[in-house]
Amino acid sequence: MSDPVVEETVKGHKRLERNITLLAVATFITVSIGGLVQITPLFYLENTIEKVEGVRPYTPLEQAGRDIYIREGCYTCHSQMVRPFRDEVERYGHYSLAAESMYDHPFQWGSKRTGPDLARVGNRYSDEWHVQHLENPQSVVPESVMPQYSFLKDTELAIGDPAATLTALRRVGVSYSDEDIEKAEADMLAQADPDADPGDLAERYPKALIRDFDGDPDRLTEMDALIAYLQMLGTLVDFDSAAPLEELAEEKGR
Amino acid sequence: MSFYETFRHFADSYALVAMLILFVGLCAWPFRPGSKKRNHHAATMIFKGQDDGE
Amino acid sequence: MHAEAALGRIGLWFIIMLAAIASAVAAADAGFAAHATIIAIVAFAMIWMSASRFDPMGKAQGFFKMPDGPSRYDDDVIRWGVIATMFWGIAGLLAGVFIAAQLAFPQLNFEPYLNFGRVRPLHTSAVIFAFGGNALLATSFYVVQRTCRTQLAFPGLARFVFWGYQLFIVLAATGYLLGITQSREYAEPEWYVDLWLTIVWVAYFIVFVGTLAKRKEPHIYVANWFYLAFIVTIAMLHIVNNLAMPVSLLGAKSYSAFAGVQDALTQWWYGHNAVGFFLTAGFLAMMYYFVPKQAERPVYSYRLSIIHFWSLIFLYIWAGPHHLHYTALPDWAQTLGMVFSVMLWMPSWGGMINGLMTLNGAWDKVRTDPIIRMMVMALAFYGMSTFEGPMLSIKSVNSLSHYTDWTIGHVHSGALGWNGMITFACVYFLVPRLWKRGRMYSLRMINWHFWLATLGIVFYASSMWVSGIMQGLMWREYGPNGYLVWSFADSVAAMFPMYVMRMAGGLMYLSGALIMTYNIWMTLAGKQREEAPLRDAAYDPQADRPIVQPRPEAVPAE
Repeated sequence: MSDPVVEETVKGHKRLERNITLLAVATFITVSIGGLVQITPLFYLENTIEKVEGVRPYTPLEQAGRDIYIREGCYTCHSQMVRPFRDEVERYGHYSLAAESMYDHPFQWGSKRTGPDLARVGNRYSDEWHVQHLENPQSVVPESVMPQYSFLKDTELAIGDPAATLTALRRVGVSYSDEDIEKAEADMLAQADPDADPGDLAERYPKALIRDFDGDPDRLTEMDALIAYLQMLGTLVDFDSAAPLEELAEEKGR
Repeated sequence: MSFYETFRHFADSYALVAMLILFVGLCAWPFRPGSKKRNHHAATMIFKGQDDGE
Repeated sequence: MHAEAALGRIGLWFIIMLAAIASAVAAADAGFAAHATIIAIVAFAMIWMSASRFDPMGKAQGFFKMPDGPSRYDDDVIRWGVIATMFWGIAGLLAGVFIAAQLAFPQLNFEPYLNFGRVRPLHTSAVIFAFGGNALLATSFYVVQRTCRTQLAFPGLARFVFWGYQLFIVLAATGYLLGITQSREYAEPEWYVDLWLTIVWVAYFIVFVGTLAKRKEPHIYVANWFYLAFIVTIAMLHIVNNLAMPVSLLGAKSYSAFAGVQDALTQWWYGHNAVGFFLTAGFLAMMYYFVPKQAERPVYSYRLSIIHFWSLIFLYIWAGPHHLHYTALPDWAQTLGMVFSVMLWMPSWGGMINGLMTLNGAWDKVRTDPIIRMMVMALAFYGMSTFEGPMLSIKSVNSLSHYTDWTIGHVHSGALGWNGMITFACVYFLVPRLWKRGRMYSLRMINWHFWLATLGIVFYASSMWVSGIMQGLMWREYGPNGYLVWSFADSVAAMFPMYVMRMAGGLMYLSGALIMTYNIWMTLAGKQREEAPLRDAAYDPQADRPIVQPRPEAVPAE
């Protein structure tokens, strides 16, 4: 260390360049600021945590369908976020509200539209169309480049432990009641079985579609679950009634 | 006064000038003449000695 | 290694193997069982290796012709890193060409395991985390030892980092094909794989900082700052973005701790800074060491690099919201993201200029040295994509480009052009030195690789520009009657020629990498190809004179 350059007083930025702890701490502080300023307000700002009439947690069957949607990587080609542009609103429906994905763990807004947006695909096509389209997309849309998902119809839905799923979701903030969790398995079986008694399923989950989805009432398949999920997407908020429109008018920052 | 307004007042006042001066100062700091030798030393240190793959 | 130590290890691995088998049996779902089985197999392999010989890697190192004997630096793990980089690079590029082909020819989807939705995360993770990650591991261990003039602080831990990281890659990749995913782009692995990566990453941090702490050089070279920022920031991003609640401790499935808007911004804060700190800061570290070394002259301005460093790491972290323009994210956050993205242009170009100007006075090397040529092209693509990025983050531009292939083209000009090219150049630099060979087997093959890769990127980027802008315009086009002109399916059909061109570009890039693999293999074997040298144009004194324009003779005015 006889180098005269080295022996100069270590000060200013030179200290950072010679002290690994200081450099690491300074780096960490520098990279923390942006995230803190942008992300923390989202947890308390009015228009990101407001509730909108109609939005409810997913039924156990819809949640199972959502898990399949995630498992198959549908988000790699389909967005679920209609932007407030004339063409998008005309093509897909009313632009998406923050509150509509308040129970989405994780969110499925997507980043790419190799296929169309699905935020409001619910109730647009018949169940039969969905079955045929998922089995062989090119048979209904010849231009489509979507993969085939015919195995969904042949795969029994692994029911697993729906109560555990709902409990995990409640732990991260979804408002499932004790009754919802208790009846989770029965709800899941009843929603796609026209012969079963759904009990108060429709009261606890307003607008839940209770019917057989895949064209085979005797079996509960992954196709049932996925279509149950697709058919409810974007249908919960009633944009034609007055109440939500008032709330929309108040929603700032869009 | 809301959080936002506090920040807004801060950014609309001389604080903006102060931040600008701080920014320019921070950018100019490494270029002060006194650090020339040390920077040269730091930049050429990777060529000292035979340290390739042995 | 002593026999008792070996016995202790065998016992430890045996316990891990039993635990993994028990988890596989009790697993709540098939995917988790598959992963527990993989871990059991790894543990069994470790038992077998510990038992059969005390130098487990000896044979494998012989296969790859690694030099043995004492050396000044701890390079074993770096050699493995280089091999892993090449292996995962080929795998990731192959997966990329495959999914590119699927988009043009959907018959190539083989349900369920090889459908696009499952292979696409395999491709992104393989190229970013497996190819890029191994390149970063290998080069960071190489650079930190040389610039600190000391050996790795914890050699055993460094080996754990490398092999632990490979296990992470295997678990992640098999998981995607089995349908185990969090659906968070570039953070798809589930909770238990994330926990494993956290352990590996902390070990990485300890090795890196430990080596810096025992350095024999007072100054910490600038490349190490960038590596350090990369390691620290990725740790922060990884931990926060992957906060999740598992359904069962014996099942793969978990649910994100955040929902909706909060979840979206957390994910893109992560996603954008995976680009910013994994693919930018880490690779800039490579640039700051290897470009000066290969050019044999110091970095253009060391002072500029100080400003470059602090401004880049400060600004990058704010840019995430530009992935969420016009979504339900509040406007102020979108605007903040846009403004910071545009500002980010400056430090990015500052860094690019700093790298390019390092060649000042040595530009002739671009003609004669294909490695320098690759570095220059990498920096050129870095400059191009860091201009394109801020442009795409402007809200009005983004309203057209978002959700289209334009984004895909942008990402690939950065990934193939910048990350790929600089990695290839660094590997070409490292292999002869790490294996103590005079030079690469063939310089002309490097040249071939350079041109194939460059042409491939041009095909890729330009076809994606066309298809992206076309998509964006078709979606929003209204006819004179006031109706939308195109159905969505029309826009899909219009993409076909561009998707084929993109696939061709990918194939070129892949074949360049295959040539590189052959070149490395022959270098490892100790061969040197007999070939005409890459040289300057022959000097012709006749031609070396100023071109004199014949002057028109003065015509007297009439």
